Amino acid sequence: MPESSAPRFIRGLRRILVGYRRLPIKAKVGIAILSVYILVAIIGPWLAPYDPNATTTQAVPEGPTLHHLFGTSATGGDVLSQILIGTRATVILGLATGVIATTLSVLVGTAAGYLGGYADEALSLLANIFLVMPVLPLLVVILGYLPHTGEVPTAIVLSALGWAWGARVMRAQTMSLRNRDFVLAAREVGERPWRIIVFELMPNQIGLIAASFVGTVFYAILTSVALAFLGITNFSDWNYGDILYWAQSGSAVNLGAWWWYVFPGVTVAVLGMSLVLINFGLDELSNPRLRSSRATRKLGRRSWRPADPTPVVRNYVEGML
Amino acid sequence: MAFIARRLAFYVAAVWAAVTINFVIPRVMPGNAVTSALSRFQNLTPQVVKALEIEFGFHPKGSLLTQYLQYWNSVLHFNLGVSTSQYPTHVSTIIGETLPWTLALVGVATVLSFAIGTLLGVYAAWRRGGWLDRALPGLTLLQATPYFFLALLLIYLFAIKLGWLPFGQGYSLGLSPGFNWAFISSAITHSILPALTIIATSVGGWMLQMRNVMLTTISEDYILVAQAKGLSGRRVMFTYGARNAVLPNIAGFALSLGYVVAGALVMEIVFSYPGVGFTLYNAVTSNDYPLMQGIFLVISLAVLSASLLADIVYAIADPRARTRSAF
Repeated sequence: MPESSAPRFIRGLRRILVGYRRLPIKAKVGIAILSVYILVAIIGPWLAPYDPNATTTQAVPEGPTLHHLFGTSATGGDVLSQILIGTRATVILGLATGVIATTLSVLVGTAAGYLGGYADEALSLLANIFLVMPVLPLLVVILGYLPHTGEVPTAIVLSALGWAWGARVMRAQTMSLRNRDFVLAAREVGERPWRIIVFELMPNQIGLIAASFVGTVFYAILTSVALAFLGITNFSDWNYGDILYWAQSGSAVNLGAWWWYVFPGVTVAVLGMSLVLINFGLDELSNPRLRSSRATRKLGRRSWRPADPTPVVRNYVEGML
Repeated sequence: MAFIARRLAFYVAAVWAAVTINFVIPRVMPGNAVTSALSRFQNLTPQVVKALEIEFGFHPKGSLLTQYLQYWNSVLHFNLGVSTSQYPTHVSTIIGETLPWTLALVGVATVLSFAIGTLLGVYAAWRRGGWLDRALPGLTLLQATPYFFLALLLIYLFAIKLGWLPFGQGYSLGLSPGFNWAFISSAITHSILPALTIIATSVGGWMLQMRNVMLTTISEDYILVAQAKGLSGRRVMFTYGARNAVLPNIAGFALSLGYVVAGALVMEIVFSYPGVGFTLYNAVTSNDYPLMQGIFLVISLAVLSASLLADIVYAIADPRARTRSAF
């Protein structure tokens, strides 16, 4: 039926909106901020008022003016344009790493938790080794050897090194689900292990997968910005770290050119904050005890003793990333 | 003891992995390390090039297996080769000079951050909804700020604008390292800003985790019993509550050390601090592969030993861990 497609689409949209409205306020704010970044990642290059690579004859960075809202670099590049254009590379790198690493951690974690025995021992050992590896030094060494550093190798290396934490959390959750009735029933019916993992276990871990994804994106963005800041990047297209790298190598701090590093730095920090807020919200969603309501705030002022019996849900979820 | 045995097996595997990664990386990576490393030496005769290449270990002899065994042999003897950028200094000498700086600064800052964060977390949970608890999101958002950005802000504020603290290098120029007051005080004032950066960006994480676990712990019945017995609030908070709630934080400490080192790496580069991180950065920018590999190996081993230490503390703090196998 041709008419039903439009209402169904609208119904779907409405369901998303209702779901959004039920989220804790922290998650709402985080999602709103993140949406702005994703929007800028899409349309940023058309919004940029200047060519970010433009150079003028000036020799000093110029402070914020009406022409250059965020000031300019020492060579006259417009910082605002650099940020608007650089958003795309940073956001794509973060999301791509999040998708790859989360897929890996879900597969490894769920398999280890469900299969148990030697498979579990081996996979857990692998995850634990990756957990204690100092990631940034290893990244610096690997990317130092690679002749071409850029987004693709960085995303691959970041994913290869960033899946272990998520896998650990997924494994713990799977082990608690493994002996539930619906899983036992599926096994009794004769479902194959991969089918049980994908269709029975994973839908029950959506919240955890989401939290793991957000945490990985956060890690990927901060690490990639740090790498670019160190100059381990290709400078052919802009990202946040590149701007900060040029600010540092142009001794912006010593010159007092605060706009050159404060604007891109705050841009990264706000992006990171939006992800942290989303994860706080997801945490509160799964653990009502963490919610700070107006009532507990009132109690706090009256030196409320925490041992007072309070009606709370008893299952604490250890899932703070 | 099953716990300790299992963890020891894990550490053996992790050390093996760290050494093996270090062995494999230069052998699978594209790009000609030899030419880029030798490009700094001008006008070399082919014989000299050959001799240097052998000295730097660029032409290993024998099969891959014998190379691997030889590599293990040299690692066990702390023979990490010769630095190409600071020829003819041995890599182990350079690491010996730089490692104490990093260990002192990062070690003290990390322990301080852990202690402050855990204590604040205990208080935030105890006074649920109080001002500290409400300030918590703000503190954790500090974590979202990149290390180096915060460092740049602190440098601008305290070193350039106010001129209170020095920045860059580990001590003032003109002083020579030694046991005298001028050098030690200079080293301490130079380490305040880097340490502050590490603490500011990491304290929120410890605090949040401690607060979340503490909230669960203080609603247990035995806390109520302790209060009913008339024990002082402080005793209930620390001996009954915090002692049990701190366990996940200790376990988290062992795991997060890798990230601590990573943050310290960036910090050292921003402050030009003479530690291993800054040296690693210089090694990468000057294509000094032997030094790069050596530093990575030392960093991994340092993280692993610190993690082992945290595990032992955990086993002492939690009697259950000694009998039950922990992930």
